[in-house]
Amino acid sequence: MGMYAILFERNLIKIAIGITLLEASANLFLIVLGYRTGGSIPVFTLAGEVRSMVLPTPQALTLTAIVIGLATSALLLSLIMLLYRHYGTLDVREIRRLRG
Amino acid sequence: MNWQIHLPALVLAVPLLGAFASPVAGLGGRATRNAWMIFISVLTTAVCIMLWQKVIAGGTAVYVMGAEAWNITLPSGLSWPVRIILEVDAFSAFMAVVGSIAALAGAFFSLRFMDRFTGLEKFSALYFLLVTGMLGMQLTGDLFNFFVFLEIASVASFGLIAFWRDRPEAVEASFKYMIISTISAMFILIAVGFFYGRYNAVNIAAVARMLQMGYAEKIALVFLVVSLAMKCGAVPMHMWTPDAYAEAPAGVTCLLVAVSQASLYGLFRVCFSLYGASLGSTVVPWTIIVMGVLSMFIGVTMAVIQKEIKRLMAYHSVSQIGYILMALGVGLLALRDPQAMADYGFTAMKGGIFHIINYTMYKGLLFLTAGAVFYSAGSRNLNELGGLARVMPQTTFMFVIAAAAIAGLPPFNGFVSKLLIYQSTFAVYPLLAVAALVTSVLTLASFVKVFQTAFLGPAKKTYENVTEVPASMLLGMSLLTIVIIALTLFPGWTLSHLVEPAAKALVDQAGYISAVMGGGL
Repeated sequence: MGMYAILFERNLIKIAIGITLLEASANLFLIVLGYRTGGSIPVFTLAGEVRSMVLPTPQALTLTAIVIGLATSALLLSLIMLLYRHYGTLDVREIRRLRG
Repeated sequence: MNWQIHLPALVLAVPLLGAFASPVAGLGGRATRNAWMIFISVLTTAVCIMLWQKVIAGGTAVYVMGAEAWNITLPSGLSWPVRIILEVDAFSAFMAVVGSIAALAGAFFSLRFMDRFTGLEKFSALYFLLVTGMLGMQLTGDLFNFFVFLEIASVASFGLIAFWRDRPEAVEASFKYMIISTISAMFILIAVGFFYGRYNAVNIAAVARMLQMGYAEKIALVFLVVSLAMKCGAVPMHMWTPDAYAEAPAGVTCLLVAVSQASLYGLFRVCFSLYGASLGSTVVPWTIIVMGVLSMFIGVTMAVIQKEIKRLMAYHSVSQIGYILMALGVGLLALRDPQAMADYGFTAMKGGIFHIINYTMYKGLLFLTAGAVFYSAGSRNLNELGGLARVMPQTTFMFVIAAAAIAGLPPFNGFVSKLLIYQSTFAVYPLLAVAALVTSVLTLASFVKVFQTAFLGPAKKTYENVTEVPASMLLGMSLLTIVIIALTLFPGWTLSHLVEPAAKALVDQAGYISAVMGGGL
C-alpha cells in the first residue's frame, strides 16, 4: 500500500501519506515479532510473578523508530509546504525543474 | 593511557556536542561561531586519527555503552550481547579517518562560503549532526544503531541540501533525496526486524555467529543490499545523487560524498562481516559487480553531456562509486576460495579500499573547486564560464590536480587504485576491466572539457573583476590537495599501512565476531 502510493500517486501529500504508511507497517512488524502469547507487560516492577513476558527489546526499537519517523514526517511536510510556495502546485508532474 | 579506551565514544561525543552547542556559540557572534566550528572539526579529526592508531596497534576495539565497565560485551551470565556496542576494526577506523578529513576540509571551506547567508548556527549544528551520523554508521557494531545513525545523517542532510530554501531546485532535490532515503531506511528497519525475529539479536557479530541461510535471511539480505545501494547512489537508484550534490552548498557536498561512503561501508560490512562465507552462491557478488559496471558506465556517459559544473561532477561520483562496488564485488566473489583470494580477490579489495580514500579526497576537492568558481564567478554553467585561470590561479592548480587524479593519469593516486582494480577484474572477466578502462577515458575527456571551457580560453569581459577566493576556502581546498599529493608520492606506504589492514579486517569475519562474543564461546 505504502509503496504503491509512493510510486504511483501524483500528489505530494499522498506520497507523504505513503511514506508514513510504510513506517507504520515496519513498526507494526517489529512489535508483532516481540509478542508472546499470554505474555504480560515487560515492566519489572509491575509484572509480578509471570512465566512469559512480551519481549521488551522490539518495543524499545519501535519507540525509537517512531520518534525518528516523526522527525522525518515533520521535515517531509515542511518541505512540501516550501515546494507548494515555490511552484504553486502539489503535482509531481509539474515540479520537475531538475532534469537530466 | 587510560582515557584512550574511551576513544570510540569520544569520536561520536565530540561532533554531537559540537552540534548542540553551536547555537550557543552562535550567540557570541561570527568569530566565536567560526572558531567553534574549526575547533570541533579539528578535534574530531584528531580523535579519529588517534582511534585509528589505537586500532592498528591493538586490534579491534569494542566499547559498550551503559555497562558496568566499558569492555564487558557480554553482561554477567548471558551469552549474547544486549547493550549498545561500538565495534571498531581497522576498516571502520580507516573510514572514520577519511570521513573526518573530508569534514574538516568542508568546514574550513564553508566558513567563508556561507558568509553571505543567514542562519549559520543552524548550518553548523546540522553539519556536525551529519558528521556524527556518518561516524556513528562507521563505528557501530549493531544493526539497529546503524539504522538510527543512518537516520540522523539523513535528516541532517535533508536540512543541509535544502539550506538555500529560497531556491526551488534545492527544495526539490532535498525532497527527492528524502523520499528515497526514507524508503531505504524503512527497508533496513524491516531487515533488522527479520534478524531480530530469527536470532533474538541485533548485534552484527552475534547475528553473524548464528547465521544460517534461510528464506528470512535472504529476504533481509535483499532489503539491505537494495537500500544501501540506494543510499550510496548506485545505478539504477542514482537519480537523487546529481540533484542533491549539485544543489547542496559546496562544503556540504564534500561531506555528503563522505556520507555516501558510509552507506557503502554499511553495504560491505553486511556482505563481509554479517554474511561472509555463508553467502553461498555467486548471485550477490555478481549483482554487486553488475551494479558497479552499470554505475560506472551510465554515470560517466551522463556526465559527458552535462553543462553545469556540479551536476557533471555529481554524475562522475556515480561512476566512481561503480569502481568501488565492482572491486569489492570481485573481492566478495573470491571470499570462499583461498586460492582465488590470493590470486586476485585481495588485490581487488585493496584497490577498492584505496579507491574509497582517493575518491573521497579528490571528489571532495573537485566539489570545493566548483564551489569556489561559483563563489567568485557567480555561475556554474560551463557555457558562460571561461578564462578563469588568469584570475584564479590557485583554484585552477588544485582543480588540475584533482582532475588528473580522478582521471587516473599515471603519477597520481587515482592511477594506483585503478591499476589494482584493472589487474584483479581482468583475472575474473576481461570485459570488466575493459569497461573500467573505457570509463576512465571518458572521465578524462569530460574533465578536459571542464578545464578547457572554464579555466582556459580568452579572458572574458564579465569576469574581469573576479578575484581569488578568500584564504580559509583556499585552506580547505589545499588540505585535500596535500592529502592527494601525499597519497600520490607514497603509494607504497599508504597501501601497506592504511589499506591493507582495512582489507584484512574486512575479510576476517571470525576476528570481528570474536571481538564481541569472546574467544571461548
